[in-house]
Amino acid sequence: MKPYSLILKELWQRPTPMLTSLVAVTLGVTALVAIQNITVYSEQKIASDMDALGANVLVLPPSVSLQNYYSADMHGKTMPETYVTQLALAKLPGVQNLAPKLCVEADVDSIPVVLTGILPRSEFESKAAWQGMSMLTNSVGSDRGCCATGITGGDEDEDPASLATKRSIKDLGKDEVILGSEIATQLGTQKGDKITLLEKEFKVLTVLPETGTIDDGRLFAHLHTVQELAGTGPVVNVIEIMACCEDAAGDLIGSLSKELPDTRVITISQVVETQVAVNGLMSRLSWLFFSILLLVGAASIASVMYSNVSERRKEIGTLMALGASPAFVTNLFLGKATILGFVGGLGGFLLGTVLAYILGPQLLDVAVQPMPQLCLIGIGVATLVAVVASYLPARRAAGLDPCLVFNDA
Amino acid sequence: MYSLENVIKKYERHGQEVTALDETNLEIPDNDFVAIIGPSGSGKTTMLSLLGGMLAPSSGRVVLDGISLYALSVKERTKVRSTKIGFVFQTFNLIPWLTAQENVQIPLVLSGCNAQQQQERAAAMLEKVGLADRMRHKPNEMSQGQQQRVALARTLANDPQIILADEPTGNLDPETREQVMEYLTEFHQDGRTIVMVTHDEAAAKFATRTIRLVSGVVSEVKAEVQAEAA
Ligand SMILES: Nc1ncnc2c1ncn2[C@@H]1O[C@H](COP(=O)(O)OP(=O)(O)OP(=O)(O)O)[C@@H](O)[C@H]1O
Ligand SMILES: [Mg+2]
Repeated sequence: MKPYSLILKELWQRPTPMLTSLVAVTLGVTALVAIQNITVYSEQKIASDMDALGANVLVLPPSVSLQNYYSADMHGKTMPETYVTQLALAKLPGVQNLAPKLCVEADVDSIPVVLTGILPRSEFESKAAWQGMSMLTNSVGSDRGCCATGITGGDEDEDPASLATKRSIKDLGKDEVILGSEIATQLGTQKGDKITLLEKEFKVLTVLPETGTIDDGRLFAHLHTVQELAGTGPVVNVIEIMACCEDAAGDLIGSLSKELPDTRVITISQVVETQVAVNGLMSRLSWLFFSILLLVGAASIASVMYSNVSERRKEIGTLMALGASPAFVTNLFLGKATILGFVGGLGGFLLGTVLAYILGPQLLDVAVQPMPQLCLIGIGVATLVAVVASYLPARRAAGLDPCLVFNDA
Repeated sequence: MYSLENVIKKYERHGQEVTALDETNLEIPDNDFVAIIGPSGSGKTTMLSLLGGMLAPSSGRVVLDGISLYALSVKERTKVRSTKIGFVFQTFNLIPWLTAQENVQIPLVLSGCNAQQQQERAAAMLEKVGLADRMRHKPNEMSQGQQQRVALARTLANDPQIILADEPTGNLDPETREQVMEYLTEFHQDGRTIVMVTHDEAAAKFATRTIRLVSGVVSEVKAEVQAEAA
């Protein structure tokens, strides 16, 4: 037997009082690990979303608030389609492309789907030609600024699948439909098939590659067809603007708001900011939970340790009579605290990681990987707290009068 | 060889001073077997604690083999206790969650023996007190007499030169009492010094010398009186 086996044997034989305080410590670490884990991965996802989307701007009907960029058109509120033309004609610097959208609910073979009306760029181009404007460089925006490698730089995006990444398409017939990858699988439909939507037959122009966004679950058709079939009149839910990065951050928002005073203009970074703020709040909250639960854990460890010490007075006295030094007795209790802290920290890390793994995709739509650094933090802090909380009880044990062994019972 | 030099022990509680041991000079030579008798509250346990290095006197010195016990640091005194002194208690004081063998191993753990030495020594000591077949039993799975024998084995584990026993037979029936006293006598015959506090006249008869304590004052019971009684 080693001195530490004395600790383990005692813990093993009388686990109950320690279990309760262990639970508090474990929960503290669980909360921290789960929330931190989700937050970190959510931030990473936002960063990559932002990369993918660039500096896009959304023009929305007023009074729309939104959390998720991809569901910007799912709010049911509309604004006149004429805004699109107005923007196109305004030729604001920094605007590369416009993508108005209108979402309606429909079903295919009684499977409910979201049908999104989009306006192919050829519409602008014809309109612009009709208005007598130059088609040479940029169909909707100005040719000033940073758009040399812009989205509408030429006709090389003839592939309709470019909708998935560039969020606009050059041509789309009035009776054609584009399918997101997920809904295509669900409907068992392929390129060239025919499907019926809102009592009209469409031809599937293409199936988009998977993007990991809600676009995967949608069908896209010509805006005017959708308006006609849904009977909404010439309205849209949102106008997405592909902008040049630096302009989106600067003047563009102001000039857009001036041009369309009856709308709400937000940038992708604003949308993301909300999420970033939520993440920041969660992260701070997780530290708060962690601290509170650790305090509870510390208090309960301290009280359990105190009662453990008084309960074991005789044992401690006996050990001292048999040659245990006060330092040995102190270490016996601090060692026990270390074990509790370590187990609590490790348990909390495992539990929190599993929780994050399960909840991450559900709550924030992010896939989560374990973060070993949280293991170190969790175990480190839990152990420290347990040891600090046990310090006074341990000192009290070491300070017991060994003569108490002589008193019976 | 023990000597108490002008030892006084006073307790102060609630503003009241109790003299548990009045000025005492006493010598206990090596291989003595001393019984300390006296009424309850007369200071017997106090004296034993002083001898065991567990309780500092208010004044005077407790000298063991030329070393003044309470001039040592706590650590050094602990060391003396773990190497030279063994205790036997009225309530046995076995650790309830350890087996008999593990209980006997404790002094060896504290003095840093390796696992194999610990086990062999503990087994040998348990055999010596006739409990070779109870090594894996927990204290609550043994009779009182068996528990006290485990405690005796534990006391012997570090081969102490002195055994201090506080009413070792207090919780035992007459038959087991006899048995425990026989073991103590055997330890005495092995050359150890034994100081035993007892209420029990029969137990005191096993000792070679008896000291009476009354209200903290020591008086030697005449050897011939004891011889006569025996
Ligand atoms: N820790 C203490 N604090 C205050 N007074 C004490 C303490 N321990 C003992 N005393 C007092 O010292 C005196 C001697 O006590 P001690 O325990 O030595 O007696 P004892 O002879 O062992 O008695 P018993 O036969 O009942 O065990 C008693 O009056 C007791 O009240
Ligand atoms: Mg006593």
